[in-house]
Amino acid sequence: MEENLLIIENIEKAFGSQKVLDGVSFKLNKGDVKVIVGPSGTGKSTLLRCINLLNPPDKGRIYLQNTEITQLPHSKIPSIRQKIGMVFQHFALFNHLSAIDNVALGLIKVKKMNKTDAYEKAMFELKRVGLDQHKDKYPAQLSGGQKQRVGIARALAMDPLLILFDEPTSALDPELIGEVLQVMQNLAKEGMTMICVTHEMGFAKSVANEVIFMEKGKIVEQGPPLKLFTEATHPRTREFLSKISELYGESEKK
Amino acid sequence: MSEINSNLFFLFKNMPLLLNATLTAILLTFASIFIGMVVGILITFLRIYGSKITKKIVFAYEWVLKGTPPLIVIFIFYFGLGKYLNLGPFLSAALALGLRSSAYQAQIYRGAVLSITSEQTEAGLSLGLSRAKTFMIIIIPQALRLSLPGFTNEFTIVLKDTPLAYAVGLVEILKAGRDILNQPLTQSITGGDITGTLNPFAIFLVCALLYFLLFEVFSYLLHFLSKKYEIPGFVTDKETK
Repeated sequence: MEENLLIIENIEKAFGSQKVLDGVSFKLNKGDVKVIVGPSGTGKSTLLRCINLLNPPDKGRIYLQNTEITQLPHSKIPSIRQKIGMVFQHFALFNHLSAIDNVALGLIKVKKMNKTDAYEKAMFELKRVGLDQHKDKYPAQLSGGQKQRVGIARALAMDPLLILFDEPTSALDPELIGEVLQVMQNLAKEGMTMICVTHEMGFAKSVANEVIFMEKGKIVEQGPPLKLFTEATHPRTREFLSKISELYGESEKK
Repeated sequence: MSEINSNLFFLFKNMPLLLNATLTAILLTFASIFIGMVVGILITFLRIYGSKITKKIVFAYEWVLKGTPPLIVIFIFYFGLGKYLNLGPFLSAALALGLRSSAYQAQIYRGAVLSITSEQTEAGLSLGLSRAKTFMIIIIPQALRLSLPGFTNEFTIVLKDTPLAYAVGLVEILKAGRDILNQPLTQSITGGDITGTLNPFAIFLVCALLYFLLFEVFSYLLHFLSKKYEIPGFVTDKETK
């Protein structure tokens, strides 16, 4: 059997009578960068939240390093989440902690690292996203782009197997998007495994191995970005991609 | 003139008793508030994250304690439990006032916790923290800061309820005042040249003044704490959201 890092098998999720995910499957290898696109309300965020079990799927299986994580007892779930980084649309930095404390918290409280090592590692991660100068600032004192980079550093600090990005740039002012995408691109090039829900097509073209187009809880089409952009087989995919290329055209030039 | 003199003499002579009583009132307030905080935070957690049954039990707990006069709760602990377990006046009062306060503190904390976005919890969980740890490490430090105005209010209410412990014989400020008033005049007047009766007005005004001083001091301290632990932009950030 091929060594897949993550296998999603036919997962379904409903909120009340609303079916949000309707049989989604895909595989992810180490170092893969997958970009998920699709109209709003098609279950892209829910899919990410199924993977780190914030909203466990109703049906289907998820395997992380060939271990099924969908049937685990509650007490085992935190140890799985620890291996899966999450970057939020609205940053979700801990408001009462400075940038470096945000990054160090997981190391100290989850990994039980001693404080000296934890802050050293946190500092390293802040440098990696170019924010070592701002380590003592509180979230409210940072710009949106800086907040999101702290969010990425916080996820990185845990040395995750993969990182989930839930529309990391869609809450940002246009001029701040670039700095976050730059960090994400560097990560992709360093070999980080990533699943990104984003409409930044420039990012998708430059680093993604695969783009997944989702609609109404299903995967409509998936393939390498260039193939999908130029010769999508499904008319709905073509329509959607040309629409967002128009909207996000500028960031393609980067 | 001589009446004022005799009252002043009285008060001066009884200063140690009054100061001790004041210390007792402070300790009782702190003990009650502390019990109320620990139980209140636990209740807040169970009320928000507990199972359906847990939520109902916790709701009933709050409901009963809010609906019962605190003096009755003190009697239940002192006389009721006293049959099996001698808690003494201080502990009985601290438990009664503390548990009553826990119901009100839980209400204050719950409001603050619910005003914190669910993303904060999700971010904590995503790092691999358990739900309880996320609550204690991420949510409560923010919620307590947001709760400070309500908490200050609750603190002064508990302070002003400490005279209820008088009823089980704890020598707090009011009991001390009453004891001073009850002292036989012959024992009190040792100087020989002071005559006249002790004015109840004087002693109870002094008691009231002591509570008022404590109220002022603690209000100031809590305000100082809220400034000290203020996070740049934190509260305004919430307001703009």
